[in-house]
Amino acid sequence: MKSGKLSSAARREQNWGYLMVAPTIIGLIVLNVWPFIQTIYASFCEHLGFGHYKFIGLDNYINMFRDSDFWRATGNTLLFCVLTVPVGIFLALMVAIMLNARVKFKGGFRTIFFLPMVCAPAAITMVWRWIFNSEYGILNQILGTRIAWVTDSRVALVSCAIVAVWSAIGYDAVLLLSGLQNISKSYYEAASIDGAGKITQFFKITLPMISPTLFVTMIMRLMTSLKVYDLIYMMVEETNPALTSVQSLIYLFYRESFVAGSRGSGSAIAVWTVLIIGIVTVFQFIGQKKWVNYEV
Amino acid sequence: MQKKSMENSKRTSMIITYTALILGSIIMIFPFVWMILTSSKTVSESMQIPPTIFPNQLMADNFVEALASLPFVNMYLNTILMIIFRVIFAVLFSSMAGYAFAKLRFKGKNLLFGIVLMQMMLPSQIFIIPQYQMVAKLGIANSVAALVFPGLVSAFGTFFLRQSYLAIPEEVGEAAYLDGCNQWQTFAKIMFPLTRSSVAALTVFTAVFAYSDLMWPLVVNSDLKMMTLSSGLATLRGQFSTNFPVLMAGSLLAMLPMVILYLVFQRQFIEGIAMTGGK
Repeated sequence: MKSGKLSSAARREQNWGYLMVAPTIIGLIVLNVWPFIQTIYASFCEHLGFGHYKFIGLDNYINMFRDSDFWRATGNTLLFCVLTVPVGIFLALMVAIMLNARVKFKGGFRTIFFLPMVCAPAAITMVWRWIFNSEYGILNQILGTRIAWVTDSRVALVSCAIVAVWSAIGYDAVLLLSGLQNISKSYYEAASIDGAGKITQFFKITLPMISPTLFVTMIMRLMTSLKVYDLIYMMVEETNPALTSVQSLIYLFYRESFVAGSRGSGSAIAVWTVLIIGIVTVFQFIGQKKWVNYEV
Repeated sequence: MQKKSMENSKRTSMIITYTALILGSIIMIFPFVWMILTSSKTVSESMQIPPTIFPNQLMADNFVEALASLPFVNMYLNTILMIIFRVIFAVLFSSMAGYAFAKLRFKGKNLLFGIVLMQMMLPSQIFIIPQYQMVAKLGIANSVAALVFPGLVSAFGTFFLRQSYLAIPEEVGEAAYLDGCNQWQTFAKIMFPLTRSSVAALTVFTAVFAYSDLMWPLVVNSDLKMMTLSSGLATLRGQFSTNFPVLMAGSLLAMLPMVILYLVFQRQFIEGIAMTGGK
């Protein structure tokens, strides 16, 4: 379509188009595009206070790469993903498969597993802190142990991962369930006539057929885990001795930018987090070719 | 013979399924039950060893204390207003843009849609410092407007509603056009009502995520009276670090409205969030 030669109807349509996307596009430019550029710029600056910045080149990044807390936060974030994504997705898939079978109270089970999704992480973490409490917590009472679930730097991240998996199972299971429901029953009937057992059916039918949904669910879970903040923030306060072995990149970003007030180095952490998310996503999309089956 | 063994194996697999589901449900529900039980205990009772399962008394003291130490009425109000405004803006602007991106021809459409996609792919924290500085410059920190601010437009909503407008056949729009509707009338009277279920899903999604959000309200509204339920709870944590019965009462108060809504509109909630699952 060449401009200038538009019919009046096409021109009207074009004007309506601009008018209708205008609020969203202007909003996105002001609220997101411009802040994105500003954050990248700020990562090369020192914050002088009151929104004034001085250009200092790569200093923020050099200091960041020399900081052991930063590397630990990067490691914590990646470890958190390793602890939550495979286990979480596996359990969610099990729940989805069970709910896909002919069980009674299917809706009731679904409602129960999904419940944490509508509760603020701030509220949920509070009760888990109580369950995990080393002296009076019910978990140690049941296990007969005295593990400092939240303050021992060796286990605190695992505790956070438990809460994360518990919170996300229902949500992931609902997504996977919708994928399972799209698999035609006739495949299973044909397979059982051929004498294929349940386990063979799972690997030969269920897994390949659900792989696109599984991939999307996994990507989402991975993204959420890479950006984890609120759960760890609520679980491990800044005075907790385990802080450095639990804090995620975004937690470190929050403390640097809004508690310490050094927005330059905070911005550098944010840029680094975006880079990591980008790299992980690229790897996921390369890896999916090996196992995701789109020929349905 | 064979039929019998097949039925037997079917029965065992059903028993395993139910056992696993019930066990899983207990694990899912237990923290909530424990929260409710603890909220009625005294501090000393909560620290008893071995622990009591049921509280010795039914009491509201912890709720009274939680209500006294945090301005819950303000927190409810702030949260509700934030959700209402965010939902209105997300639905209105995203519907308009989603329709235009799906159904109208205009120059630069792909480029503009690229901005939408870019926002969706970046984590929200990368925008948060400049957004905070804008709020500070505008002088609206510690207000409901500040809470709503980053939610004025929704890239995700635009993307999501565009999908549902794409699913509407072209003939629908053409018929409206022949009836003499202009673009706005076609959109508002014919097309928008057809996306009802997607709009409902977007509403649920926007509400739940605004309600759960912690960092933005924490950063932008430091005044206790202007906090949301989430950021208020974070403050309560600091005040009563070891008084778990009060913390449980406060958490319950913060959770209750959304949980009740969820139990009433289960299907809409679950389907809404599952439909928006692409995010």
